[in-house]
Amino acid sequence: MDIKQVFRTLSEASGVSGCEAELAQHIQEACPWADELRTDKLGNLIMLKKGQSPGPRPKVMLAAHMDEIGLIVTKIEEDGFLRFSTIGGFDQRVLLAQEVVVHGKQKLTGVIGAKPPHIQTQGEQRKAVKMEDLFIDIGLDSAEQAGQVVQVGDLVTIKRGVSDLQGSFMAGKAFDDRAGVAAILECFKALSTITHTADVYGVATVQEEVGLRGAVTSTYGITPDIGIAIDVGFGDSAGLPDTGTIKLSQGPGIGIGPHVHPKLLERMVETAQEWNISYSLDPTPNPGGTDAYAIQVARAGAATILLSIPLRYMHTPVETLDYQDIQRTGRLMALFIAGLDHEFVEGLTCF
Amino acid sequence: MLLARLTQANGAPGQEGEVRDLIRAEIEPYVDVLKMDTLGNLIAIKNPDAPGPRVMLAAHMDEVALMIVGVDSSGYLKFRPIGGVDPRVLVAKTVTVGAKKIPGVIGSKPIHLQRAEEREKAFAIQEMVIDIGAKSKEDAEKLVKMGEIAYFTTEYEEIGQNKVKAKALDDRVGCALAIRLLKEEVSFPLIAAFTVQEEVGLRGAGVAAYQAEPDLALILEGTTASDVPGTDKHKHATAVGQGPAITVMDRTVIPHPQLVQELFALAEEKGIKVQVRRNTAGGTDAGQIQLSREGVKVAVIAVPCRYIHSPVSVMSKDDFEGAYELVKSYLARLEEREGSR
Repeated sequence: MDIKQVFRTLSEASGVSGCEAELAQHIQEACPWADELRTDKLGNLIMLKKGQSPGPRPKVMLAAHMDEIGLIVTKIEEDGFLRFSTIGGFDQRVLLAQEVVVHGKQKLTGVIGAKPPHIQTQGEQRKAVKMEDLFIDIGLDSAEQAGQVVQVGDLVTIKRGVSDLQGSFMAGKAFDDRAGVAAILECFKALSTITHTADVYGVATVQEEVGLRGAVTSTYGITPDIGIAIDVGFGDSAGLPDTGTIKLSQGPGIGIGPHVHPKLLERMVETAQEWNISYSLDPTPNPGGTDAYAIQVARAGAATILLSIPLRYMHTPVETLDYQDIQRTGRLMALFIAGLDHEFVEGLTCF
Repeated sequence: MLLARLTQANGAPGQEGEVRDLIRAEIEPYVDVLKMDTLGNLIAIKNPDAPGPRVMLAAHMDEVALMIVGVDSSGYLKFRPIGGVDPRVLVAKTVTVGAKKIPGVIGSKPIHLQRAEEREKAFAIQEMVIDIGAKSKEDAEKLVKMGEIAYFTTEYEEIGQNKVKAKALDDRVGCALAIRLLKEEVSFPLIAAFTVQEEVGLRGAGVAAYQAEPDLALILEGTTASDVPGTDKHKHATAVGQGPAITVMDRTVIPHPQLVQELFALAEEKGIKVQVRRNTAGGTDAGQIQLSREGVKVAVIAVPCRYIHSPVSVMSKDDFEGAYELVKSYLARLEEREGSR
């Protein structure tokens, strides 16, 4: 299984929060290493790879979200243009002149437009076009025509194929967090050749972008001892300061902060050093919304850690990363898991 | 499909080679004379020595694009527009850079790291860079040379009700029309000038007209359409689907009034839907061609395109067909006149 190719397919597939079924299907087909596969009521895909020891075995949950940010049709104008709102966080400035797919009765290609420059007033070009002034042009001429194929509430995704940049750099949409999903697949693949005690639950979660919802229910169902959330982190890029960003091509950022159990942090860093896997430290005093939070506070709580794959231009249609960072993340997790035993897990409550 | 190939070819002002080669191969079988000049204009002539009016069709081959003007210390490419580009359309787009067609992206700061008020301000061109995934300045400089061009990567696709979305419809749509019209059988001299450098000040057209010495020229263009939400109807310069637009005046030219009237009358007679271009901003090659030598009668016939000078524009195939029918009918009318003389 060529996971890089799977990653490409996942990026180009459509799955706005709440509508991730197409993704779950692709991921399922790409994971021959799981002993059990199931989907829960919210749509989380749960892949179980059992440990090689007599039970009960420690449970490790790996979580990466498969949903992407997108748009939703809010109105069909009389001349056939569509108005929209966002699902998840979009900078209004990245939307102008993007191509989109409107998921109506069939998939329709559209273009996001705004009023043309020659009728704008002086100075208007220095201002961002406001979200409410943007519209989608699907090439239909009336509300009646458009209404036959689109209705209010239809979802819209960015239309963007993956670009291969120099070396192992890639650019595309929805790398946040299909990169994390690919890292889980890389981990499962690596684990297929390594002995491990723990049961490993790889979860492609739903609805992260609108509030970590899939991780809440999947964690409840799994009740892990250890949770590893794999998400994307702010990669170094032009115009961003060094502080608060992690460098591409240097492996995952290992989170440090309230969302990270100190013993997991220690063990993760040791593992990386022992196996010579490059990593960055990613101190986050006020951890934001990642699946790590949902796992951490589920039921009686779980020890969690966050691995961040460095990503440039997050939440834009040209998210950019180094595929090798995904491989490094997968390998680091596999080696970390291989080193886990009951004793370590029991020690997690000893402060 | 011809228009698909034309829009997917790249040709910045002064670097029209890819487009020119494509057009040349396409028209070679139909013309008697095919020549290029020092600027790179491609001039094709049928019946060069025949009696009758010398009629010229003109369309420009160049498109707006981005020129690489620097590489920063981290290997990001700095660029500036070549031709008129609103920087706001560049954010979060893919491009292909230079002779080696290196893929790149124009990224932007993650929304999570912005203050709310930042999102009200447009990114300035100076803040933008192209990321090709180079690891260093040296790495980037091995792949891309100063002055090379970055192009949009938009694919031609037919969408909705007989619409097309593509890059560079301004003015590959004119090129496609001229190529098709060259196949018409006429007895008078028919010239097609595929011009260079229109987007940076109509530089090729005058030079081409000087050589071709037309009596009359029809400039075939892709023009701005503003029939979109948020724009009052009276400000619609042109509307997509309402037929080709005929210019009565713009910043560079007052087309020959009689010729314009003749075109409107012909359209009515033949049942071809046409519209008046209801805006006097902008200019076309007509501005230079009319001033060639002792003057040339000109008219501008344009296919309305929404979002021109952006990575993706939208036009109607019906308007394209309308423009074709109108010019074809006009050539036929001239042919009748010549025949009866």
